[in-house]
Amino acid sequence: MYVAVKGGESAIRNSQQLLAEERRGDRNVEELTLDQIQNQMSLAVDRVMAEGSLYDKELAALAIKQSRGDLVEAIFLLRAYRTTLPRFGTTIPIETANMSIRRRISATFKDLPGGQVLGPSFDYTHRLLDFSLAANGDVPDAVEAEDAVDQNMPRVTDLLNNEGLIEEEKTEDDSEPFDITRQSPKLPAERTARLQNLARGDEGFLLALAYSTQRGWGKNHPFAGEIRMGELSIEFIPDELGFPIEIGEITITECQMINQFKGSSEIPAQFTRGYGLSFGHNERKTMAMGIIDRALRARELDEQVQAPAQDEEFVLSHSCNVEASGFVQHLKLPHYVDFQSELVTVRALREAVNTDKPDEAEPIPGIVAAE
Amino acid sequence: MTASSQNKNTNGSMENPEILEGYNFAYLDDQTKRMIRRAILKAVAIPGYQVPFGSREMPLPFGWGTGGIQVTASIIGQDDILKVIDQGSDDTTNAVNIRNFFGKTAGVDTTEKTNKATVIQTRHRIPETPLSKDQILVYQVPIPEPLRWLEHRETETRKMHALAEYGVMHVGLYENIAHYGRVTTSYDYPVQVDDRYIMSPSPIPKFDNPKMDKMPALQLFGAGREKRIYAVPPFTKVKSLDFDDHPFTIESWEESCALCGSSNSFLDEVITDDEGTRMFVCSDSNFCKEQIEKLTNAPLLQNGDGS
Amino acid sequence: MTMSLQNPLLKVENLSHYYGDQIGCENINFDIYNGEVLGVVGESGSGKTTLLKLISGLLCPNAGSVAFDTRIEGLRDIYKMSEPERRLLMRTDWGIVYQNPKDGLRMNVSAGANIGERLMAIGNRNYANIRSDSSDWLEKVEMDLERMDHFPETFSGGMLQRLQIARNLITKPRLVFMDEPTSGLDVSVQARLLDLVRGLVSKLGIACVIVSHDLGVMRLLSHRLMVMKSGKVVEQGLTDQVLDDPQDPYTQLLVSSILPV
Repeated sequence: MYVAVKGGESAIRNSQQLLAEERRGDRNVEELTLDQIQNQMSLAVDRVMAEGSLYDKELAALAIKQSRGDLVEAIFLLRAYRTTLPRFGTTIPIETANMSIRRRISATFKDLPGGQVLGPSFDYTHRLLDFSLAANGDVPDAVEAEDAVDQNMPRVTDLLNNEGLIEEEKTEDDSEPFDITRQSPKLPAERTARLQNLARGDEGFLLALAYSTQRGWGKNHPFAGEIRMGELSIEFIPDELGFPIEIGEITITECQMINQFKGSSEIPAQFTRGYGLSFGHNERKTMAMGIIDRALRARELDEQVQAPAQDEEFVLSHSCNVEASGFVQHLKLPHYVDFQSELVTVRALREAVNTDKPDEAEPIPGIVAAE
Repeated sequence: MTASSQNKNTNGSMENPEILEGYNFAYLDDQTKRMIRRAILKAVAIPGYQVPFGSREMPLPFGWGTGGIQVTASIIGQDDILKVIDQGSDDTTNAVNIRNFFGKTAGVDTTEKTNKATVIQTRHRIPETPLSKDQILVYQVPIPEPLRWLEHRETETRKMHALAEYGVMHVGLYENIAHYGRVTTSYDYPVQVDDRYIMSPSPIPKFDNPKMDKMPALQLFGAGREKRIYAVPPFTKVKSLDFDDHPFTIESWEESCALCGSSNSFLDEVITDDEGTRMFVCSDSNFCKEQIEKLTNAPLLQNGDGS
Repeated sequence: MTMSLQNPLLKVENLSHYYGDQIGCENINFDIYNGEVLGVVGESGSGKTTLLKLISGLLCPNAGSVAFDTRIEGLRDIYKMSEPERRLLMRTDWGIVYQNPKDGLRMNVSAGANIGERLMAIGNRNYANIRSDSSDWLEKVEMDLERMDHFPETFSGGMLQRLQIARNLITKPRLVFMDEPTSGLDVSVQARLLDLVRGLVSKLGIACVIVSHDLGVMRLLSHRLMVMKSGKVVEQGLTDQVLDDPQDPYTQLLVSSILPV
């Protein structure tokens, strides 16, 4: 009876086996392959790589398979794996103007050098369930463009920059960007730390916050200046060689939000930027990130900090779904020692009320308990 | 304590789960361990001060002991003998999980016997058996900031610690006494270390607070999600906050342990039927077992270690 | 009043603060002596709240100095002190009564704890003593002792201001800053509160800087008056003198438009 309330090693082992069985599901159904996940669940793979902070499609697919499609769990698996990887060095910063574009749209200009490239998107579909997919419908090949996508694809914000209409994108100084995966983040945070935090942040959390600014919780009037998605090669300078070599290619999505700014005593009216970047094809995420990045610059731009999305400590401390999921779910762990302490206290309090105050007791105000 | 990347079990009296291939000794790479050890050294040098560190994602969820695990992984060597408890017990799910983790990644010996362990990782309890100067107690900490409930901003609490502006802590105690005639905080009861920093003892019952004072063992605290490490060096003064005329007190039970008869240990309440009948048993399962052995003057359970 | 022989308690010299190219306040000079009540009057936007922030350690000036007569080292520039020193000063020798009591009180702890907090902050660890001091002060600000364990949420505006005053005065500060302490209160409540403040300040010999747009308040409380417009002091002198015989055209306008009392 005493042992029954404790965990027990064999119970845990059995639970793990049951989990494995449930994951596999009906054995008459063919098992998912990592190839299938990588190819046909590619946006799930992209999200897991982005929030898992690790660009590896195969491992992300494995994580999705292992987690039974629970993406937050898959992100967690990838992050924990990432911990074990040694760091060889840092790649050369990427230049998104040189991206091989697969999609590039701007909501601020009807036409622009390079044109609007719609690419693959849900945006132009009707959200009707396609029953032909249930029947394993074949998909016709996509049409190939007659001309190749324009090589010259300047960023919209650079076009505005030529006129001085938008703030210069400036680095705070020449120092290395802050790395929140290696150092404990400091508050107030520098923009590099903020952007890194948002790039890894939970898509749902960022989406809700960005939405809140549009509904008046934080002053923000964004235009989607440009969203571009495509491939970029990654270069690295090994110490032994001393010159850059290409070590691979990644897909990224970039969003430049343009926001109105009335100007201040020192700066004339101009547009300001909010920036979003993510591994893989993640438009919703990068747009939300662009909006929040701008909202978090309130202090820097002398705007009043009134809404949650503008509150750096609030946003940055709660954006990580690995932390959030762990801490919310840790309530499942046994707390019977703490609860016992509370029982002893509550009984003592009740006794005190019953003996000391036969008449009406004071209304009991809330006392904040730890944890 | 040495850490190396080999998986050798030199003291092989324990049946360990098979050791994981392809991972570092105790999971973390040496760079990370060095970073954490630096944080620990700083923490020991400034008792009670929360040292920020570059906490990593571990294969266990945040909130489930990742801080304690990272601290243990950074200090554990092959000759160490590890004990892991949760709620005072060695066989709760979380304790089993963490013990298995180190069995799998470090291959160190594990034990349930408090006095045999060199490193004890704990969640929510301090063992009843007094610890010695050759032992290290590693606490898992969910919220390291004792001021968090009164001031939720990190930027502000950091300043309050720096300036030792702690009046607000006593405001909390005052409120308790004014409304209830006593302090109602029953666990995670704040302490002041070495007359300087106010510190969260982690959610141990206040029953355990007096054990922290002048403890011969080194006490290390790891908060993984919040990315903080702090420490109480051996033989350091740890005082639970109180008023002169309302001194700190600990829980006591009218009952004794139903299994070993102990009347001075922390008791868990176990409900035994749906009529609400209950019994009280020691929360420290190893202590309870040892008391029973003493009583019967013969080992009750042969297989004291491990399982 | 013969106070010119002693050291000033607060000495403000050439104090200026700008918001971008806008003047917050410019080139302000004055001294305050022990037990003196200085009123700062002006319409909204005249810079009086900026000035109050500057001299109470809440806003760092662009130019000029604010020196306080510290107990040990005499006159010291508060912005050249270390932050711990300045914060210690703020919770011992100074008090600040905010226009909005929610800025100055802890709304989620009882009245007694609000009053007793400063005692605990400076190391008092005897519950019974803290409690009896708190209840003394509750009486001094003419509040019902039954309110001791109630939360400020349930208090009226006038009671909240009384609570703020008690919370500040319990450590017997030498200088108290008050920002529009009676605005937003009913006229009758205002009058009683002003009486209370006047009584306490004169009995305890506390120096006080009161900012208000209300000349009636100034007439009642302040010994000296400073009139501000567009960030500058246009006139200062003894209160009665300024109000009865204003020299500056702006003061004349102010007095004629608001008085008679």
